[in-house]
Amino acid sequence: MSAHSVYLEDDCRFEYNREDLVARLGQVLANPEALITNEEALRAYETDGLAAYRQLPVAAVLPDTVEEVQAILRICNELEVPVVARGAGTSLSAGALPHPQGILLSLSRFNRILDVDAERRVARVQPGVRNLAVSEAAAPYGLYYAPDPSSQIACSIGGNVAENAGGVHCLKYGLTIHNVLEVTLVTIDGEVLKIGSEAPDAPGYDMLAAIIGSEGMLGVVVEVAVKLLPEPLTKKVMLAAFPTVEAGGEAVAGIIGDGIIPGGLEMMDNAAIRAAEDFVHAGYPVDAATILICELDGSEAEVAAQCAQVSKLMESYGATEIRIAETPEQAQAFWAGRKAAFPAVGRISPDYYCMDGTIPRKHLSTVLNRMQALSEEYGLRVVNVFHAGDGNLHPLVLYDGNVPGELERTEELGGRILELCVEVGGTVTGEHGVGMEKINQMCAQFSPPELEQFFALKRAFDPKGLLNPGKAIPTLNRCAEFGAMHVHKGELPFPDIERF
Amino acid sequence: MSQSNDHSQSIQERVAAAVRSGAALEIQGSGSKRFLGRTPTGEPLATTEHTGIVNYEPTELVLTARTGTRLAELEQILADAGQMLPFEPPQFGGEGTLGGAIATGLSGPARPFAGAARDLVLGCRLVNGRGEDVHFGGEVMKNVAGYDVSRLQAGALGTLGVLLEVSLKVLPRPEKELALALELDRDDAFRQVSDWQAKGAPVTGSAHDGQRLHLRLSGSALGVDAAREMIGGEAEDLQFWQDLRDHRLPWFQDQAQLWRVALPPGRQLPEQLLHNALLDWNGQQVWLGGEQDFSALHQAARAVGGHARSFRGGDREADVLPSNGGIFQHLHRNIKKAFDPEGILNPGRLYADF
Ligand SMILES: Cc1cc2nc3c(=O)[nH]c(=O)nc-3n(C[C@H](O)[C@H](O)[C@H](O)COP(=O)(O)OP(=O)(O)OC[C@H]3O[C@@H](n4cnc5c(N)ncnc54)[C@H](O)[C@@H]3O)c2cc1C
Ligand SMILES: Cc1cc2nc3c(=O)[nH]c(=O)nc-3n(C[C@H](O)[C@H](O)[C@H](O)COP(=O)(O)OP(=O)(O)OC[C@H]3O[C@@H](n4cnc5c(N)ncnc54)[C@H](O)[C@@H]3O)c2cc1C
Repeated sequence: MSAHSVYLEDDCRFEYNREDLVARLGQVLANPEALITNEEALRAYETDGLAAYRQLPVAAVLPDTVEEVQAILRICNELEVPVVARGAGTSLSAGALPHPQGILLSLSRFNRILDVDAERRVARVQPGVRNLAVSEAAAPYGLYYAPDPSSQIACSIGGNVAENAGGVHCLKYGLTIHNVLEVTLVTIDGEVLKIGSEAPDAPGYDMLAAIIGSEGMLGVVVEVAVKLLPEPLTKKVMLAAFPTVEAGGEAVAGIIGDGIIPGGLEMMDNAAIRAAEDFVHAGYPVDAATILICELDGSEAEVAAQCAQVSKLMESYGATEIRIAETPEQAQAFWAGRKAAFPAVGRISPDYYCMDGTIPRKHLSTVLNRMQALSEEYGLRVVNVFHAGDGNLHPLVLYDGNVPGELERTEELGGRILELCVEVGGTVTGEHGVGMEKINQMCAQFSPPELEQFFALKRAFDPKGLLNPGKAIPTLNRCAEFGAMHVHKGELPFPDIERF
Repeated sequence: MSQSNDHSQSIQERVAAAVRSGAALEIQGSGSKRFLGRTPTGEPLATTEHTGIVNYEPTELVLTARTGTRLAELEQILADAGQMLPFEPPQFGGEGTLGGAIATGLSGPARPFAGAARDLVLGCRLVNGRGEDVHFGGEVMKNVAGYDVSRLQAGALGTLGVLLEVSLKVLPRPEKELALALELDRDDAFRQVSDWQAKGAPVTGSAHDGQRLHLRLSGSALGVDAAREMIGGEAEDLQFWQDLRDHRLPWFQDQAQLWRVALPPGRQLPEQLLHNALLDWNGQQVWLGGEQDFSALHQAARAVGGHARSFRGGDREADVLPSNGGIFQHLHRNIKKAFDPEGILNPGRLYADF
């Protein structure tokens, strides 16, 4: 698939001497292999999880120490060189896409778990540590790190902080913002700053709130202290089939209205059920309009009681079938179809485009119906799998990139779906970030003074606008059209990662 | 049901006029927290007439209200629907407003177990120091569009904007609550509580008064009963927790001046500082009474990774928060400027110089 060139002229107004930059970077890096300038080697960094966008940086740098990060940023600040930080590169919104005039600052060598303090339930890690590695290190103590993006085997904690990543369990256990205690940040002028605290709060402004979810636009994260939680004593997974999408949506509201906050509550529509069933043979009820997968956790007695309560509720909302996993294998089978839903959809269509938006749950059926109408209007199928508990939708638009014009129609339909989310009081991105992908839809969600307020906050940290320029917040005169996550012939970026 | 009065426009006009004249404003809710922070200055801008629920749908777990709405009223409306604000803000006078609650960012005894005020903020509408009516975040749990400006307001004491509306995540009320008291040594007690928690005890309060551990359990009846059996101790009136939350325990009444220290889990101040102390948040929030040397106290707190502040009484012309100096203070000043370039919103309330 041809690569989009997505940086506009406005974002590329940096003038400096490239040789000077490279020479000076070379002087501050102890390891000569930490500086990459040849094109072949730079290819490894030209894209992130949104492979439709590709861009080579001027250089990639892989520092080993905080002092090196400081020195690199000082040089870039002085010469006015753009800097794009990169964790594992799994962003689905082109957040880690390099800048054509900038350096790509990879944190991949910051990959050590510095401390797991089981008694105090705090872990200190470097930003390049993989999300799952933190839970693995905590597991021997019966602890884990709660935010579990489905990319957790690959994505880095630094990237999680930058994207405020969340997962299936965040309705109950919160997002990154609720589970990070302290972040060590290097500012664009090379200063080291501790933000937040292991204590419950820190004096002054809640700068942790500003940093988490800031998409690498305010500073470079070089260390993170996270909260660890005790593993739930028991978990129970149930699966319920509903004759209509409305009934499924009402059941979700009913469960929550009845005072139960499940550990996970996921929904799939008929097209997704069929695709998943064909792929993993999880034994899903293929005639159901929708299924709900509900995970309950807590003490044995509580979970048993809640399970009974949820079953009753589901029945009262018209569930045609309710299954409760009796063994870990069964529980895994219930989850398997949901986890394989994205690749399963990849099998039934040459290409698909994965969206990410959040809506107030009460508008679920309205949004699904309007999406259906849009799907007919554009002549493109839309498959739905989503985090029902918190209204985070991941509509998958199926298309064929070989059919002339279909890609463009898909992008347009995707944009209309996001605008629909905003229209009902939701947001253009629940967990994937804005990056380069959704920068135009930001114009639908925010007014000019609001966008200007974001820029003002950015200037507080980065007055010259060197960190990740051209991303996340659109300038007023450039609310331009960009692309999306395109999957061609089932060739997924990160194919081995479970997709939620 | 609540009085619904939308004063957004007049508040916005007041701020816009202040921008033009350069006259500072003191944003006032009910004034129950005027003791907090440095001495207020500026012309009063009252938010108490700006009231009412904008949106509340229990099954969405989200409530949006105008900031002059009394918390007592909000809590009643939530209770009627079987829900609550999980962070249990202290009520003190009982008159506090939603805007004051978020601006002060105070959280009650459940904080270490259920999250802080800022953790529950989902979105807000505010008038910034340019006199613009702007909206950030929203009414959904997951939202990563733009910087998290809403949570940044929590604890900012109104120095970054006049809050007009706030959206909060709310949660179901527990089925059962129970208070216990146990004869346990301070340090053993907090370690014990962590263990009980790991074994599934639904702890939502853990305080130590120097002699005894006070414990609160809230959750399903089954969970609470099982934990009760595991823990032992003697039952106590739940009123203890209300009085702790509202600083109405006799201990608080006796203190002419009150200091607060926040500490990392499992860390403690030196014993000699603790002779007149009340510990909440499983040891992470320490209340100290009487005369203290602020800089010595702060150093002791910082030595174990925490910080101290003057909470009530004492010299409010001086700093009440530790000044961290350097890049930290520089960034704070920049953030203030980003929201309030003319310095008209509660100047000097948080730090002396902005
Ligand atoms: C198959 C798949 C499934 C996914 N599922 C989920 C999901 O369930 N939930 C979810 O939230 N996300 C999900 N994602 C998206 C992605 O994994 C997350 O956004 C993740 O947090 C990105 O981490 P990363 O280390 O790969 O960051 P990168 O992609 O390298 O970078 C992402 C952004 O973070 C910035 N950044 C990275 N490191 C730093 C640092 N140290 N300091 C400052 N800025 C930095 C970059 O500049 C960029 O803006 C999924 C992705 C894939 C491919
Ligand atoms: C969810 C919750 C529930 C609570 N329940 C109760 C309760 O039931 N009863 C009770 O009395 N207290 C309750 N509290 C008390 C709370 O902790 C504060 O004490 C109280 O809200 C302070 O309000 P106030 O109007 O008196 O603030 P003030 O003393 O008027 O102001 C305190 C600070 O906040 C600033 N401020 C006030 N309003 C705004 C605004 N709109 N925008 C920007 N800045 C502003 C002021 O400028 C000042 O710096 C609750 C708190 C919360 C968070």
